[in-house]
Amino acid sequence: MSGFQSNNAVIKWIEHRMPIFSFIDHSVGSGYPTPRNLSYMWNFGSLAGVTLVVMIVTGIMLAMQYTAHVDYAFDSVERIMRDVNYGWLIRYIHMNGASFFFIVVYIHIFRGLYYGSYKAPRELLWMLGVVILLLMMATAFMGYVLPWGQMSFWGAKVITNLFSAIPIFGEDIVVWLWGGFSVDNATLNRFYALHYLMPFIIVAVVVLHLWALHQFGSNNPIGIDAKGPQDKIPFHPYYTVKDAFGLGVFFVFFAAVVFYIPNYMGHPDNYIPANPLSTPAHIVPEWYFLPFYAILRAIPDKLMGVIAMFASIGILFILPWLDRSPVRSGRFRPLFRIFFILLMIDCVVLGFAGAKPPEGLWLIAGQLATAYYFIHFLVILPLLSVFETPRPLPTSIGEPVLKGGGSMAGAPAKPMEKA
Amino acid sequence: MRKGMMFGLAALAALSSGTMVTTSARAAGEAIPLPQHTWSFDGVFGSFDRASVQRGLQVYREACAVCHSLKYIAFRNLADLGYSEDEIKAMAAEVLILDGPDDDGEMFERDGRPADYFPSPFPNDKAAAASNGGAVPPDLSLMAKARPDGPNYIRALLIGYEDPPADFELAEGSNYNRYFPGHQIAMAAPLFEDGVEYADGTPATVEQMATDVANFLMWTAEPKLEERKGMGIKVIIFLLVFTGVLYAAKRKIWADVH
Ligand code: HEC
Ligand code: HEM
Repeated sequence: MSGFQSNNAVIKWIEHRMPIFSFIDHSVGSGYPTPRNLSYMWNFGSLAGVTLVVMIVTGIMLAMQYTAHVDYAFDSVERIMRDVNYGWLIRYIHMNGASFFFIVVYIHIFRGLYYGSYKAPRELLWMLGVVILLLMMATAFMGYVLPWGQMSFWGAKVITNLFSAIPIFGEDIVVWLWGGFSVDNATLNRFYALHYLMPFIIVAVVVLHLWALHQFGSNNPIGIDAKGPQDKIPFHPYYTVKDAFGLGVFFVFFAAVVFYIPNYMGHPDNYIPANPLSTPAHIVPEWYFLPFYAILRAIPDKLMGVIAMFASIGILFILPWLDRSPVRSGRFRPLFRIFFILLMIDCVVLGFAGAKPPEGLWLIAGQLATAYYFIHFLVILPLLSVFETPRPLPTSIGEPVLKGGGSMAGAPAKPMEKA
Repeated sequence: MRKGMMFGLAALAALSSGTMVTTSARAAGEAIPLPQHTWSFDGVFGSFDRASVQRGLQVYREACAVCHSLKYIAFRNLADLGYSEDEIKAMAAEVLILDGPDDDGEMFERDGRPADYFPSPFPNDKAAAASNGGAVPPDLSLMAKARPDGPNYIRALLIGYEDPPADFELAEGSNYNRYFPGHQIAMAAPLFEDGVEYADGTPATVEQMATDVANFLMWTAEPKLEERKGMGIKVIIFLLVFTGVLYAAKRKIWADVH
C-alpha cells in the first residue's frame, strides 16, 4: 500500500492534524488497490452514487418551491414547471432520475448476482446493499405521492392499505400511517418530511456499504481473490478515469430521456390532480415496482401477497447462505449461468404481469413467475451448490488478463478458491 | 470485457422492455387506435407551429372556454406565441376579473391585465357539473399530457363524433364518440364547420380546428418544449464530445494494463 505523500505545505499541515487526504487516497485514490480485470459492469456502483447526489441536489432545489398541502401541491409543481427558472429541467431530472437510479441499481444488483459478489467475505456488504434498495423504494414511493396527481393519490392509497392485511392491528396501523382516516393532508405532509429525510439515511448506509467494500475490495469477473500486487492496480487513475467515462455514457442516455421523452416513463394520469372521488381505471405503480406488484397480486390472499412481496426482497438477505457454491463467478458455473438468465427473464415476465390487470393469462403468468422466483432462490441455488461441477478456475487474475499469457511470479497456483 | 458489456446491454434491454410494458398497457386499456397526425413539435428539432397554435387559441376562446377552464395559463404567457404586448393587453381586457377587497372591504370587478390567469367559466365544480348534465368539463391546461398520446387523442376526440352503431344504447344526455373510452361522452360535439372565422383565411373545417386546438393545448401543457429540445441538443453534443475525450484518456491511461 502506497503511503500518502505530498509536498504542499497546507496539505501537510492539515494531514498531520487530520489525515483526511490519506483517507481519500485510500478510499478512491492511488492508495486503494483494485483488481485489474474489472469489467464495465463494475461502473454501476459509482453511477448509483452519482445518481443519488443528483437526486439530492435536484430534490433540495424542488423543495424550495414545492408546497406540501393537498390544495397547493399539484399547483406548486406546475408552477415549478412553468414559472421557476429552469424549474422544468430540475423537475424532469428529478422525476427521471428516480427511474435511472433504479435502472442503475438493478443492473448493479444483477451484476452482483451473476458474479457471486454476495459470497464470503462480502455478505455484509451485500446485505447493506439490500437495505439501500429498500430505502430507495420507500423514498421513491413517497416522492411519487408529492405531486399529488391521480396516481400519487391512488398509489398511496393502495400501498398503505396493504398494511390493513396485518391481523388484529392492521386497520389501526393504516390509520396511524395516514395520520387520519384517509389519505389526506397529514399523509402528504409526513410523506414529504420522510421523503426529505430518507435520502440522507441512504447516504449513511452507502457510507457503511463502502466501508464494508474497502475491507476486502471489489470482487471481479473471475471471482477469485487477488494473489498479490500484480493482480491489482491503484483505483486512481485507472478506475477514476474508467468511472468518469462510464458516467459520461450514462449522462448521454439520461439527457436523451430528460430532454426528449421526459414523460415516457411516467403515467399520464399523474397530470390529473388527485381526486378522492374518482378512481383511475388501472392503478399501476411506477415501472420499477411492477415486478413486486405482480408478486403481490399473484397470491389471492392479501396478507400472503404482502408477505410474498416483502419476502421477495427479504430473501436477498439470506442469499449468501442459500448459494453455497464455493465458486463466485457465474463464468465458471455452467448450470448457474442458465438459471441466472432464466431468473432475469422471470423478472421481466413479472414486470409485464405487474403492468396488466390481474386476470386471465397474465395473472397465471404472474403466478408462475412468482413461484419460479422463489424456487430459484430456495431450491435451485441450494441444489446447484451441491450438484454442479464448476469449470476449472484460472490460477490468478493476472493470468487471463495479461497479454502474452505468462503467469506472474509469486502467484501460487491453486485450483479453486476457498469461499 | 466484451462479455461484460453484452451482459450489461442485455440487462438494460430487459429493463427497458419492462418500462415499455407500462406504456403499451396503458394504450391497450382502451385499445382504440387513434389517427396519427404529424405534429411540428415532434422529434428532436420539433417546435410549435405558431400560426396553428394561435388559431388554436382562437378556437379555445370561441368554442371551448364557455365550458373548460385553462387555469395554468396567464395572458402574459401568450407572449411565447408571438403576440405583442398590446395584443396581449387587449385580449386580457376582454375579460372581467373579480378582484378585491378594496379599501372599503368590497370585492369589485375590473378589466383583465396580462398578469391575470384565464378566468374559469364556472365558480366551482358543482356549478360546472350542474350546467353540464352532471359531468365536470376538465381543465384543459394539462390535457395533452394527461391522456396517453395526448395531442392525437384530443384531435381524434374532436373529430370522432358520429352516429352510434345500430345496436349501441346511448345513455340520456350522452353523445357517441368513436375515440372516447366507452364511446359515451357528456360533451356534445363542440366544433362545427366554419364555427370560427380564422383571421388568416385558413378554411375552418372541423379537422383543421381540431388540429389547431390540439396544437394549442400541447403548448399549454408543455410551454417549455422548445426551450427543452433546444437545450437538449447542446447538452447531448457537449456530453458526446466530453465522453469522447474521457474515452481517449481512459485508453491512454489503461494502455499499459492490457
Ligand atoms: C358545452 C360544454 C363544453 C364545450 C363547449 C366543450 N366541452 Fe369539452 N367537455 C365537456 C364536458 C362536460 C366534458 C366531460 C365529458 C365526460 O366526462 O363525459 C368534456 C370533456 C372534454 C375532454 C376530456 C375527454 C376525456 O378524455 O376525459 C376534452 C379533451 C375536451 N372536453 C376538449 C374540448 C375542446 C378542445 C373543446 C373546444 C373545442 C371543448 N371540449 C368544448 C363540455 C364541453
Ligand atoms: C433517493 C433519492 C430520491 C428519490 C429516489 C426521489 C424520488 C422522487 C420521485 C419519484 C418524485 C416524484 C416526481 C414526479 O413524478 O413529479 C419525487 C418528487 C419530489 N422530491 Fe424526491 N427523490 C429523492 C430525493 C429527494 C431529496 C433529497 C429531496 C429534497 C428535499 C427531494 C424532494 C422532492 C420534492 C420536493 C418532490 C416534489 C416535486 C415533484 O414531484 O416534482 N427528493 N422524488
